[in-house]
Amino acid sequence: MKFTEEHEWLDVGDDGIVTVGITGHAAEQLGDVVFVELPEVGAEVSKDDEIVVIESVKAASDILAPLDGEIVEVNDAIVDEPGKVNEDPEGDAWFFKLKVDDMSPMDDYMDAAAYKDFIAD
Amino acid sequence: MAELKRTPLYDLHLDLGAKMVGFAGYDMPVQYRLGVMKEHLHCRAKAGLFDVSHMGQVILRGDGVAEALESLVPVDVAGLGEGRQRYAFFTNEQGGIEDDLMIANRGDHLFVVVNAACKEADVARMRAALEPRGIRVKLLENRALIALQGPGAEDVLAAHHPMVRDMAFMDVATVPLGGAECWVSRSGYTGEDGFEISVPNAAAESLARALLADDAVEPIGLGARDSLRLEGGLCLYGNDIDSGTTPVAAGLGWAIQKVRRAGGAREGGFPGAARVLAEFADAPAMRRVGLRPEGRAPMREGVGLFDAAEGGAQVGHVTSGGFGPSVGAPVAMGYVPSGLAAPGTSLWGEVRGKRLPVTVAALPFVPAGFKR
Repeated sequence: MKFTEEHEWLDVGDDGIVTVGITGHAAEQLGDVVFVELPEVGAEVSKDDEIVVIESVKAASDILAPLDGEIVEVNDAIVDEPGKVNEDPEGDAWFFKLKVDDMSPMDDYMDAAAYKDFIAD
Repeated sequence: MAELKRTPLYDLHLDLGAKMVGFAGYDMPVQYRLGVMKEHLHCRAKAGLFDVSHMGQVILRGDGVAEALESLVPVDVAGLGEGRQRYAFFTNEQGGIEDDLMIANRGDHLFVVVNAACKEADVARMRAALEPRGIRVKLLENRALIALQGPGAEDVLAAHHPMVRDMAFMDVATVPLGGAECWVSRSGYTGEDGFEISVPNAAAESLARALLADDAVEPIGLGARDSLRLEGGLCLYGNDIDSGTTPVAAGLGWAIQKVRRAGGAREGGFPGAARVLAEFADAPAMRRVGLRPEGRAPMREGVGLFDAAEGGAQVGHVTSGGFGPSVGAPVAMGYVPSGLAAPGTSLWGEVRGKRLPVTVAALPFVPAGFKR
């Protein structure tokens, strides 16, 4: 599992597909999530594109594509029930799965220990 | 930036795990451990305690004080009975709203509560207009203000003094609570039944802790206060009403009693009266309405409103909006042309460059729980 400074987690599966969600810390900071808009399956995305809109009771925020690639699956369950993002952000409430063109930016992302230090600052 | 002021309940907020934010110059709790959504739902189901000590509490005293205050507000103050409270607003020469307030007749004086962000301007306005007429204007620094809101509020407060059960909506009374002389009104700003309690600073924390000791009561932050008042169809000064909005356009014409309207015994006599009273006869160009977005996306303050899915000029805008936890869907308020203000009218709100359908809706979004 890798983590971005945008508080996303990235989990690389055996098939090389990267599952992306937001961290528990991010979910707590956002507060109760009330709306999620996900990209279309099949969309080609570039790193740092704003591809997800997430709205909490407090505000709207964007989630950026962490890598270049193609969206191969999205989690419609969190569109139907946005509150799941607060309940299980690092499990069932993943956002999208990405077929990645170039894995090399992964090396720049944090491991769990580094992310823990990052959010402690 | 000036240092944020603290209310007498500041230490209590920290003890209760509040997240603090700057609001109108005060360091205030935006939410506690439950979070905005659960705090909101708890208040509608049982009872919520709010620190509203940042608001301005002002005493007006002197012969003819009610008539004098009528020179600043378009409501019937002279006819307000002893032990009763009334909603009002200060107007400007253009008929715009300078602040909204509560006025209580406490027998030998009037007790006025104004918004935190406006309190210095309000006090200056009252001093300028009222002191030459022999009225003393005193901003109280020695009292906190606690709101207890929700269907369980009566039972909670009655355990401390039974006389609150006999109070009706907008009644005010002096009630001893926790050994302190409290000024209690049966009112609030959530759309629920409840009380607002003015308590001496020294007794505020112990009273708040005593109320919170009841299982029915949770502390509620500014986040849920905002979603509760929005569902209640209540205006937030600075968002839904301001110096450029007039009372009738804002849907607040009901607060101007007949005696102050055209043909009334004390017609006009307040700033901007000509424009304000004319709007009762000639519909204002724009009106404040409720808005129900059809999808799940909230439409927040500033979202532009259109009368077509594509093309056309912007016709209005959202002034307050978000998710309504009790409605279970997004809710908003905004201004639209009078011709598009009827409930059921289909409009579109532009969110992130996309026009999304929204329907004009009657206010409030949830029925009021007042004990009339």
